[in-house]
Amino acid sequence: MIRDITIGQYYPADSVLHRLDPRVKLTGTLVYIVSLFLVKNLWGYLIAALALAAVIRASKVPFGYIVKGLKAVVILLLFTVCFNLFLTSGTPVFEWKFIRITKEGLYLAFSMAVRLTLLILGSSLMTFTTTPNELTDGMESLLSPLKKLHVPVHEVAMMMSIALRFIPILLEETDKIMKAQQARGADFESGGIIKRAKAMIPILIPLFISAFRRAGDLAMAMEARCYRGGAGRTKMKPLHYHGRDAGAWITMAMFVAVIVVSRRF
Amino acid sequence: MSIIIDQLNYTYSPGTAYEKQALKDISLVIEDGEFIGLIGHTGSGKSTLIQHLNGLVKATGGSVYYNGADIYDADYNLKELRTKVGLVFQYPEHQLFETTVLKDVQFGPKNLSLTPLEVDLRAYGALKQVGIPDDLIDASPFELSGGQKRRVAIAGVLAMEPEVLILDEPTAGLDPKGRDEILDQIAKIHDERHITVILVSHSMEDVAKYVGRIIVMDHGRAVFDGAPKKVFSHYKELEGIGLAAPQVTYAVNALRERGILVKTDATTVQEAKAAVLAVWKG
Repeated sequence: MIRDITIGQYYPADSVLHRLDPRVKLTGTLVYIVSLFLVKNLWGYLIAALALAAVIRASKVPFGYIVKGLKAVVILLLFTVCFNLFLTSGTPVFEWKFIRITKEGLYLAFSMAVRLTLLILGSSLMTFTTTPNELTDGMESLLSPLKKLHVPVHEVAMMMSIALRFIPILLEETDKIMKAQQARGADFESGGIIKRAKAMIPILIPLFISAFRRAGDLAMAMEARCYRGGAGRTKMKPLHYHGRDAGAWITMAMFVAVIVVSRRF
Repeated sequence: MSIIIDQLNYTYSPGTAYEKQALKDISLVIEDGEFIGLIGHTGSGKSTLIQHLNGLVKATGGSVYYNGADIYDADYNLKELRTKVGLVFQYPEHQLFETTVLKDVQFGPKNLSLTPLEVDLRAYGALKQVGIPDDLIDASPFELSGGQKRRVAIAGVLAMEPEVLILDEPTAGLDPKGRDEILDQIAKIHDERHITVILVSHSMEDVAKYVGRIIVMDHGRAVFDGAPKKVFSHYKELEGIGLAAPQVTYAVNALRERGILVKTDATTVQEAKAAVLAVWKG
C-alpha cells in the first residue's frame, strides 16, 4: 500500500542516534556516503555494511521499516545492476547469443548494488532519526559559512525540510484520493500500460490542486505569524554539542580510517 | 439483504511505533432502507469503519457480509461491491478532476461500462437530484462555490445508483444554510430512491432530525446503538465521551428537574414544543 513508503520519514524512538546533534548526523551521513566510494574491495563493503548494521541496531528503528524504504528505489537498483552486468567489457564468463556477462561486469554490478543499497539505507537512517525541524536547524548551521557568499541558506534549508515534511501529507492525500476514485469504480490495477497511465489522471489532477492549495495555505499561515526569512531570526532551541556528539565524531573518524586501511588488502 | 459486520477489528500500521487500534470488536447489522447516523468524536474510528463497508480497507480481524456474502472471500468481486455501496468521502470536492461538471459525474457510471445514453441519463439525473441547475452542467467544477462543488461530488457517487449511500461528514465546512440544504437533499434521496443511507457526523444536532437510528462510536467501539430518543436519553454518558445531545434534550430535562413534568424524549424543537404545550394544556 502507498502508506508503506517510508523513505525520508521520521520514526519516533528514544535512542542515542535520535538524541545526537543533527549536524553530527548530517556530516556523518555525508562521510559515510563518501567512504562508500572510497571502498575498493569486498572487505570494505563488509565493514561498511557491518558498521551500518550496528548503527541501525543502535537507532531502535525496526529493520523491516527501513527496508520498506528500499521499495521505492527497487527499479533504479535493477536498472543499475542490469546495465553494469550486461554492458561491461572484459573477460567473459557466460555467453549466449547476444548476451555476454563478464567477470568485471559481475563485480561492478555487485558493488554498485551494494553501494546503492547502503547509500540509501544510510541516508534514510538519518531522516528516520532526525525530525524535520532538527534537520533544518542542522543544515542551516552547517551551511552558514555560505551566507557570506550571499547564498540564501536559511531559505534553502527551510524549503528542504518543508519538502520532507510534506511527503507523508501528500502520500496520505494520494491514498485518500485513490480510495475516493475507487469508490467511484476507478480501476488502477488492470489493463495495459496506457490504460493504467490514463487511470492516473483522476488521481494526479486532484493531487496537484491539493498540493497547490496546501502550499498557499502554508505560506499564508507563515506570513500570518510574521515569518520573513532567516535574517534576525532567533531559535527556541539552539543547537548545542554534547559529550555523546564527541563520541560520534571519534567513531566516525575511526570508521573512515578503517575504510582507508581496507583499501590496502 | 443487509450488511452484517461481525467482530470487526482494525489496527493501523501494526508492528511500528505508529500502531493504533482504530476499531475494536464492532458487530452491527444494517438492514435495507435504514437511515442511520454514525456519530463519534474525531478519531473515534467512524471513517475507518465506513471504509470497511465497501472493502477499501481490509479488516485485521472479523468479517463483513454484504447481502449474505463474505466480502473477504478470495473470489468476491470488490469492484462490484463498490458500485453497490457508494461512499462519499469527507471533503469530496477535493476529488473533482474533470473539465466539466457533467463529465466529472459521468466518471462513475462510465466505469460501470454502461451505454453512453445510460451514462448521460444517470449523470443528469444525479445532478438534478442534488439541485445543480442546468446552466452549471457544462461549467468547470473548479469554478463552482464550495457548496456546489460538494453537491457535484455527491452526485458523482449517486450517479452509480448505489444500494447503500454512505456520506462522511457531508456538511463539514458548510454554513448553516448549505448544511440544511444538503441534509434535506440527502433525506429526499433516501425517501425517493429507497436506499440505505449512513450519515457520518460528529454533530447530534445535524442527524437527530433525519435519521431513524443512531450508532455512537468512541475509541473504536460502538457504544450506543438505537433510535435517537433512546440514544439521547443517555445524554450524560454522551457528554462523558465528548459528544452532546441536541440542545432541546437539555432544555426539556432542565424543565423536568425544575418540577415541570414534560416528556423528556424530545429530540427536535418541534417535538419539544409539542411536549411543553401538552403540559401547558394539562
